[in-house]
Amino acid sequence: MVFALLKYGLSKHYPAKHQFPRPRELKKSYDVVIIGGGGHGLATAFYLARDWGITNVAVLDKGYLAGGNTARNTAIIRSNYLTPEGVRFYDESVRLYQDLSNDFDLNILYSERGHLTLAHTDSAIRTMRWRAEVNKHFGINSELVLVDDVKRLCPQLDCSDTVRYPVLGALYHAPGSIARHDAVAWGYGAGAAMRGVEIHQRTEVIGIEREGVNGTGGKVTGVVTNRGTIKCGKVIQAVAGATTRVADMIGLKLPIRTIPLQACVSQPLKPFLDKIIVSGSLHVYISQSSRGELVMGGSTDPYALYGTRSTLDFKEGLMMHMLELFPYLAEVKLLRQWAGMTDMTPDFAPIMGETHVQNYYIDAGWGTWGFKATPVCGKRNAEMLATGQVPDLIKPFTYRRFPEFRQLGEKGAASVGH
Amino acid sequence: MKILTCPLNGPRNISEFVWGGEVKIHPPLDCTDEEWAAYAALENNTAGVVREWWYHVPTAYWIIAERDTVKDVILRTYPARELFKDRVDYDAPAAPAAGDTPRETP
Ligand SMILES: Cc1cc2nc3c(=O)[nH]c(=O)nc-3n(C[C@H](O)[C@H](O)[C@H](O)COP(=O)(O)OP(=O)(O)OC[C@H]3O[C@@H](n4cnc5c(N)ncnc54)[C@H](O)[C@@H]3O)c2cc1C
Repeated sequence: MVFALLKYGLSKHYPAKHQFPRPRELKKSYDVVIIGGGGHGLATAFYLARDWGITNVAVLDKGYLAGGNTARNTAIIRSNYLTPEGVRFYDESVRLYQDLSNDFDLNILYSERGHLTLAHTDSAIRTMRWRAEVNKHFGINSELVLVDDVKRLCPQLDCSDTVRYPVLGALYHAPGSIARHDAVAWGYGAGAAMRGVEIHQRTEVIGIEREGVNGTGGKVTGVVTNRGTIKCGKVIQAVAGATTRVADMIGLKLPIRTIPLQACVSQPLKPFLDKIIVSGSLHVYISQSSRGELVMGGSTDPYALYGTRSTLDFKEGLMMHMLELFPYLAEVKLLRQWAGMTDMTPDFAPIMGETHVQNYYIDAGWGTWGFKATPVCGKRNAEMLATGQVPDLIKPFTYRRFPEFRQLGEKGAASVGH
Repeated sequence: MKILTCPLNGPRNISEFVWGGEVKIHPPLDCTDEEWAAYAALENNTAGVVREWWYHVPTAYWIIAERDTVKDVILRTYPARELFKDRVDYDAPAAPAAGDTPRETP
């Protein structure tokens, strides 16, 4: 390390590593085509190559690598959900995250902070207690704490009762973390490319070819792109906000609405806030990144939109409540703001697994909560593609739960909680 | 600030309204469970011009708006009664299918 620093500090040529091979022509055919080069698509490719030795794989993205919601999220990772199906799934993801830097040989800046979901009403306390009990049942470190403990855990927070919605308690989840989202995507992408997976940017899927469509879904045979048509064995789509547009290509109608979610960061400050603070009642959350910026967000926009504009309404609503929790931030300036298009489901749980089209799989409905699920989605999607069997962890998330009235009811944990 | 013109109250800040989602065709009352679930849960989620419900909260008034979900512009607003002429009678024996005429959404 020291010698390398000395050597390259004095030399004109820094040995920058090319992690992604240069763009090339599309091949005529692949075993697996992954639509969407966000975290989910890249992770799926990584585990297909590493764990199953399936490397004749193409990841296609219409834009640049991981430029969708993977680039736009606020990077909160946790597993203290409400439904047993959710808790089991996110728990595996958190465990995978803890080893990712080693798996990649790339620091994803995984930082365990402790996550507090504040309760300002009796009914919120009740929901937190319910979540804590479900969590503990599955071995998750999660507990209900009352206001004195909240003060001890996060003295930076205004816990006085002179505000409109005083803090009564919180759900405390010690393993709650943040990570560098871009590094997660690069790690998965580079690891997949290194093992032979092809990653094609600026390659938009505009149609799906099928055979045997006689009143049924038929079987997928190829993918039409703006760079030509390719044959393939299996396809999985992982396109977040564009889910409906791609699913339309196989005539699959889903309970998904595309709604923007906005976020912003402040100017960098010295580290002062260790914990991740979320308030579902006030619709705000905040954490301090390793760069010192305060990363802030709230709930989704009030109406559906295929766009990523930012609004003043969002910032006014957010700050009004944020200043109730941290009054001294009033002087701090905002640095950047942005939005992503989230694929929201009515029960705040994802849509995964098989579709009515043979060999065509889906990974969608990740709304405002899918960054934390990136590793487990990749791992289990890869297992599904490799074995043709839907893993037990994924089964409850089938889109068939809607016609069969088996919705999952994750709202209490996922709406603003991230 | 975005302005939505309410047919009853004139131009108002969009924050005075609650979005009610796309206007859907009510299935006949004797439809299958699958059809009912589709009506209740599935979304066209159109990228382009949509026709949808909006509710003016201060005056408790439902309206219809035509909106472009890509350009983020509101094209037209009108009272719901222009689209929905008669009520669905849930107590009556199964009514015949309404064809393409939209019926009032509960
Ligand atoms: C502001 C914000 C904050 C968030 N905060 C959190 C958080 O704190 N914690 C958390 O867990 N989650 C959070 N999320 C949610 C999370 O970001 C997403 O659920 C997750 O990143 C989805 O990853 P993905 O790979 O499925 O999608 P994306 O990263 O969006 O990737 C999809 C890709 O598909 C491509 N694509 C689309 N259509 C086509 C096509 N036709 N052909 C080819 N490619 C196509 C796009 O270009 C895009 O790159 C947040 C989201 C936003 C917007």
